[in-house]
Amino acid sequence: MAEELKVLDRACLKIYELTMGACAASGGSRKKILKVGGQSAMPFLFEEGEIPHAPLIAAEVSDIVEDDCPFVLKNALKGLTDKPVDWAVEMMGEAGADLICLKLQGTHPDFGNKTSKEAVELVEGLLKKVETPLIVLGSGQADKDNDVLSAVSEATKGERLLFGDVVQENYKTLTAACIADGHNIIAESPIDVNIAKQLNILISDIGLPLDRIVINPTIGALGYGLEYAYSIMERARNAALAGDKMLAMPFICFVGQEAWRAKEAKVSESEWPGSGNADTRGIMWEVVTALAMLQAGADILTMRHPQAIRIVKKAIEDLMKR
Amino acid sequence: MFIIGELINGMYKKVAEALLEKDATYIRALAGAQVEVGAQALDVNCGPMSRDIVGDLRWLVENIQKEVDVPLCLDSTKIQAIEEGLKGARVKCIINSSSADKEKLDLYIPLAKKYQASLIVLTMDKKGVPGNKDRRLELAAQIIEAAYAYEFPVQDLYLDPILLPVNVAQNQLFDILESVKDFKSMTTPSVKTVVGLSNISQGSKERSLINRTFLVMAQSYGLDAAILDPLDGELMNSLITADLVLNKTIYCGSYLEAYKKSKIK
Repeated sequence: MAEELKVLDRACLKIYELTMGACAASGGSRKKILKVGGQSAMPFLFEEGEIPHAPLIAAEVSDIVEDDCPFVLKNALKGLTDKPVDWAVEMMGEAGADLICLKLQGTHPDFGNKTSKEAVELVEGLLKKVETPLIVLGSGQADKDNDVLSAVSEATKGERLLFGDVVQENYKTLTAACIADGHNIIAESPIDVNIAKQLNILISDIGLPLDRIVINPTIGALGYGLEYAYSIMERARNAALAGDKMLAMPFICFVGQEAWRAKEAKVSESEWPGSGNADTRGIMWEVVTALAMLQAGADILTMRHPQAIRIVKKAIEDLMKR
Repeated sequence: MFIIGELINGMYKKVAEALLEKDATYIRALAGAQVEVGAQALDVNCGPMSRDIVGDLRWLVENIQKEVDVPLCLDSTKIQAIEEGLKGARVKCIINSSSADKEKLDLYIPLAKKYQASLIVLTMDKKGVPGNKDRRLELAAQIIEAAYAYEFPVQDLYLDPILLPVNVAQNQLFDILESVKDFKSMTTPSVKTVVGLSNISQGSKERSLINRTFLVMAQSYGLDAAILDPLDGELMNSLITADLVLNKTIYCGSYLEAYKKSKIK
């Protein structure tokens, strides 16, 4: 082997290790605690440093399913999409997801306008059925999210869940709630490493410790800006390992949401002759997007199709073999 | 940029007095103050007034370590004092300094190796400070050759092109900048480079302005480390901004704060 290829990089900073979930002794009720981060090397380069935790897959579950949900997904989740708790249990069981990412889309004023109380009841019901911590997302409507997520945060105080997303224009309310109630937070930036860094500073200025932040770098699916997301993540991670504490957080990548937005994942073969079997196509669109994000440094992938989850889970097991 | 704080130096009247009276409180506070604003290592120099350089350097090392946990740059012309400091140090040390003369290198390189210290070597010899870039390069080559001969890791070797005051040797300064770049290209991995920054403004009026202007220029030529006054806020902000412009750190609105939060313990 050429001499230069043998050169190993040594990091001078580790990614912060983030803990999700608190057991009874720590003030929560979770039976299973999950950790991400803590690595001192680029993805799967075991010779260059420590990689203590495998990336996790969180199954995306929503309290309301939008009308334009791809038929391939609808078929795979038959009978579950209007029962979020059962849906979650199924994804944790047979599909093998590590945890659930619950999106409270139905609280959006334009998509059901569910109340904070309903959201709290759903989260509490779900926590009773699963042993792991949860990722809880708002609907993306800033004012409503501030109400709903603050209420859910308070109701689940001490459980050490992961709440999201905060953005540069709206981070104070949810950050304050997460500080008060002992949760973690997802900081979202629009495929922009400069804003990712700035937001982390803003959040830490309010008083949330850096080991309770997850970066959502915003990704694009295969064919829709995946390379751009990849390069942003790689740049941030390289800077972190070289000593930039303000970027040394684990990444979460919303793979399911992005992959199933792609035409290639949604359209039937009859509508698009020659495009191949729609089931396989959709699943593989999600799988390939997920695999690329793993190589870019994703610590948590959120995914939708049970078969895609199974394939990527197996791939993670293989990649983590040293 | 690796920042070595310069303020614990017996040339400063208060440090000389503290050394004479063995006032550890003052020394410790000065060490703490420099690290607090971003010094990643501290230069330790007893100054010309010390009557017991060997004992004084060791006393300084021992007391500074009670306050901060950063590498110490043992700055003396007396090798016995440096060795005494190395013996008293539990942190990584940088020996400051040897000249390029073979008989000096034969003493200092083995000493640095023995204590796993880094070593600053000035690109000057008995004949004096070089008057041009070529002579600097020639001396650098001799130093690197000696390091190889002793199997001393070049990553631990700092070459100092010797920064001269702008009011004394104005015509040398551009050559010095180019020397920094030339030194870096001589080995793989690169040898490191360092300057004693405040030298450039000795005897000048606008000291802080001259210091920070040169530092930023030297950063763009690849300078790795500088012995400087970290309490000079404008200087530190210029340094941080130059690293940003050189794409060594990632920009964000609060990049000064980000740097400080990342680098300062």
